[in-house]
Amino acid sequence: MPRTPENRSQKPQCFQDILLRLQDYWGAQGCAVLQPYDMEVGAGTFHPATTLRALGTRPWAAAYVQPSRRPTDGRYGENPNRLQHYYQYQVIIKPSPPDLQELYLGSLRAIGIDDSLHDIRFVEDDWESPTLGAWGLGWEVWCDGMEVSQFTYFQQVGGHDCHPVSGELTYGLERLAMYVLGVSHVMEMPFNAPDARIPLSYGDVFRQTEQEYSRHNFDGADTEKLFEDFRKAEAECARLLAMDPEDAGFGGRRNIMVHPAYDQCIKASHIFNLLDARGVISVTERQAYIGRVRALAKLCADAFVQTEAGGAAA
Amino acid sequence: MADLLIELFSEEIPARMQAGACDAFKRLMTDGLVEAGLIYAEVQAFATPRRLALAVQGLTEHSPTTREERRGPKVGAPEKAVEGFLRSTGLALEDLEIRDDKKGQVYMAVITREGRPAAQIVAEVLEHVIRHFPWPKSMRWGEGSLRWVRPLHGILCILSTEAGAEVVPLEVDGIVAGDVTRGHLFMAPEPVSVVSFEDYQAKLKRAKVILDPAERAEHIWNEARQMAFAAGLELVEDKGLLAEVAGLVEWPVVLMGRIDEGFLGLPPEVLQTSMKEHQKFFSLRDSKQGQIVGFVTVANRETVDHGATILAGNQKVLTARLLDAKFFWENDLRTVQEGGLEAMGAGLANVTFHNKLGSQADRVERIAALAREIAPLVGADPALAEQAARVVKADLRSEMVGEFPELQGLMGSYYARAAGLPEEVARACVEHYQPLGPSDSVPSAPVSVAVALADKIDTLTGFWAIDEKPTGSKDPYALRRAVLGEARLTVSNDVGLHLERVLETSFRSLFSQWKKKDRLFKFNPLWKKEKGQPQVIRSTDPDTDLEGNNLFLVGENFTKSSDLSDSWMTRLKPPSDFLSDLLTFFHDRLKVHLRDQGIRHDVIDACLAMPGNDDLTLLVKRAEALSAFLKTADGENLLQGFKRANNILTQAEAKDGVEYCFGPDPKLAETPEETALFTALDRAEAAIAPAMKAEDFAQAMAAMAALRAPIDAFFEAVQINAENQIIRRNRLNLLHRIRATCLQVADLTRVEG
Repeated sequence: MPRTPENRSQKPQCFQDILLRLQDYWGAQGCAVLQPYDMEVGAGTFHPATTLRALGTRPWAAAYVQPSRRPTDGRYGENPNRLQHYYQYQVIIKPSPPDLQELYLGSLRAIGIDDSLHDIRFVEDDWESPTLGAWGLGWEVWCDGMEVSQFTYFQQVGGHDCHPVSGELTYGLERLAMYVLGVSHVMEMPFNAPDARIPLSYGDVFRQTEQEYSRHNFDGADTEKLFEDFRKAEAECARLLAMDPEDAGFGGRRNIMVHPAYDQCIKASHIFNLLDARGVISVTERQAYIGRVRALAKLCADAFVQTEAGGAAA
Repeated sequence: MADLLIELFSEEIPARMQAGACDAFKRLMTDGLVEAGLIYAEVQAFATPRRLALAVQGLTEHSPTTREERRGPKVGAPEKAVEGFLRSTGLALEDLEIRDDKKGQVYMAVITREGRPAAQIVAEVLEHVIRHFPWPKSMRWGEGSLRWVRPLHGILCILSTEAGAEVVPLEVDGIVAGDVTRGHLFMAPEPVSVVSFEDYQAKLKRAKVILDPAERAEHIWNEARQMAFAAGLELVEDKGLLAEVAGLVEWPVVLMGRIDEGFLGLPPEVLQTSMKEHQKFFSLRDSKQGQIVGFVTVANRETVDHGATILAGNQKVLTARLLDAKFFWENDLRTVQEGGLEAMGAGLANVTFHNKLGSQADRVERIAALAREIAPLVGADPALAEQAARVVKADLRSEMVGEFPELQGLMGSYYARAAGLPEEVARACVEHYQPLGPSDSVPSAPVSVAVALADKIDTLTGFWAIDEKPTGSKDPYALRRAVLGEARLTVSNDVGLHLERVLETSFRSLFSQWKKKDRLFKFNPLWKKEKGQPQVIRSTDPDTDLEGNNLFLVGENFTKSSDLSDSWMTRLKPPSDFLSDLLTFFHDRLKVHLRDQGIRHDVIDACLAMPGNDDLTLLVKRAEALSAFLKTADGENLLQGFKRANNILTQAEAKDGVEYCFGPDPKLAETPEETALFTALDRAEAAIAPAMKAEDFAQAMAAMAALRAPIDAFFEAVQINAENQIIRRNRLNLLHRIRATCLQVADLTRVEG
């Protein structure tokens, strides 16, 4: 049973309550509670704890919050629901346990959604990430008509069939929290406890950054430099993976630099998103850029399955 | 007799797949059972979001024992032959019988297949069906390799007879069949064991699951209608949505809500689409004002607060959605009020239609030119048709259509009115996409017809020019639909449109754009030798492929766009195969369509063989008239009279190696019957000419039919092959006149019978 301190039996009071309860809950279910990946990503799926660890045969269970950036979604902090920077909560378990739906429903109870009063529904929504060469089948989960999570059984990542299959849950934290807390504008949502010595709203924390980044993403970012960075990241990713697997500095042992290479893939993906927001990529070019990032993801996936964490014999 | 009950219990099956899965399950299971020798009386299949169920009644308990005799090789035949026979029968030499035959002794295999118990057969068939189920999309889960639409958790499989119910022993990838199911995910998740289909259905209902999708749909519909009625509102019918919603719930609970007053100014279609697409709500209409004012949502459970929390949550989501929609609507209105639809459509230059066919703005340019040209033919004002064509695609850039692509056209008409454009233009915005399918209505307003025709013709020319033709079941650009739409537009509006000319114009306008973009020329020394006017040629050589084009202009002294004057462009012809190929495509689709209307293929072929067959209206009129006429007694007369004359003439022509096509001379007529035929022909021709001119094919054919009696009398009285060669030739020429007269309406030689 999940460990729930007494004060957790009440309804959550603020944004961070929801996050902490999810951490508690999934930690108690045996997931390694990880920290966000320290790079700009478009979604929690990009964290190597999901993308790479979904590959290969070794069992895995992790949960973490991931700040995610969608440059085109910036609205200068004015739209009640749209942000260019937001949080995803991500759970990944391999192999997917038979009671994953039950576990998931337990997490909703943990954050104060009482399923005897609410209408929880699993509505078909298949997931695909063309940049990661990944897809899976699953649902979006509805609570009273509101999408609160994505629920996916990974079938392929980086062009590799997933064996065993990972179960992945993604919660859009702001939206979920707004729903649970009954807030209609994200910036008005209490971030910490409303009765804290210094109560802070979501807007107190993020309004200004939303404004600054909206300007940056739409008008400010130097596109020449971004195009250059994209090419460099792309080249670096391929270069790292093309190096001799035997590492002279490590006693000649096999040591493929998959994660450093994958960092470059993440970087290329984020740069592409920025260029897209700047409106300098045409519809036809768009497909080509996505294909280039996918090629990097595939290279990384190919390399990862040859490493120990990727299930190759040591 | 036994009854079989199967349930495959899984995580949530997509609503859109449930009906197809029911059909497939029923078909595959019964086919398998029957093939294995079992017989059944009745079968039913059901689906809920979490289960597929099959109930078979009156199943035989065993398959029959069968005995088959198979004749083998002769005794003493080569060893190889005997071995082959043993292999094919699965028997050993000592199992074979030796029988006397007329030609000696032969081996005889007697193969007996013992009947098997139903349980054994069911287990085999079910396992095969589970492993090969035709889901549109399936997946693996956990560590297994089994595929199902979503993780499969349980198999219930029981055979019940008078002696009681028994579980059919079966295991598929670790899932062991039993007699246990589960109820509603939240309201009754406990296991329930069942002994028969009736028991299963009753216990499920107690466990808050309605098994039959039809029953769930009916329940939802009735409840919703009653609620609406009690509130003085009218439920907007939507069968597709009803089926989908019934596939999302096991225990439907219908809830009703009102739309916030602040949103009632939105177009009703926007309210309806937003509620349906995002939230799967039904719309409620105020019958007096015709406005959409409320919604019905269907929850999957009962709650102690009678759905109050659920309804409040749904209402909140709706409000957020409609706020978005209102924001889009108001922004769009502002755009068109300030700068007209032109301002809204300004960005179309940045929207690629197809990378070889340019942007939406390029396309609009071509459609506008074509609409102007077509306008006089359909009774529309050319300037108005062009004006309409220039704005009908503008709403593709509106925020509302960006959010709800299915509202394209309709939003355009709202915005056109808001921009103060003429009503004809507003109508064309929505109507130029029509007809969307075989059952969709066909517009009749002249401006709409002109733009709709131009839109479809541009699509067809464009994709034909870049060689993106439909193949087999693949028609990604819906070109077949465009052809049929084009045909219905012309026929139902009685428009005489010469496709060849219009297609040429359309082709030229595409080429002029390519010319401007300098995408037509690629230097090739071989081509430079061509003299005279530049020609368009098609090249499949990948080396010559210029940005994906495989059509090129070639000609002496033409190596770049500026070498080509505008007057050259107006005389430009498409490659020789282009028009004939595209016209054949039109004709093929039209044939399919006319056949569906009950017109015989030979009748259609007879009409297609006539000149002017690029005018589809004329073609259809002709085919309809011929088809109707052939069903009458006169039709039979026409056909028999013609065939008799034509057969004799054809034989004589083949024998003599000449064509008899000089005018016959009435002075050479020897008998009254022959003279009568001349008179009859004169009379017929006098009647046919004006009828043909008026495209009154029935009238023309009636006149032709009147020839049968004189023709018959003529053959009765006269020997065609007269001794006198002059007389003979004159008679054959007379037959030719009959043939020529009758062939005016259709190529009757192609009509069977």
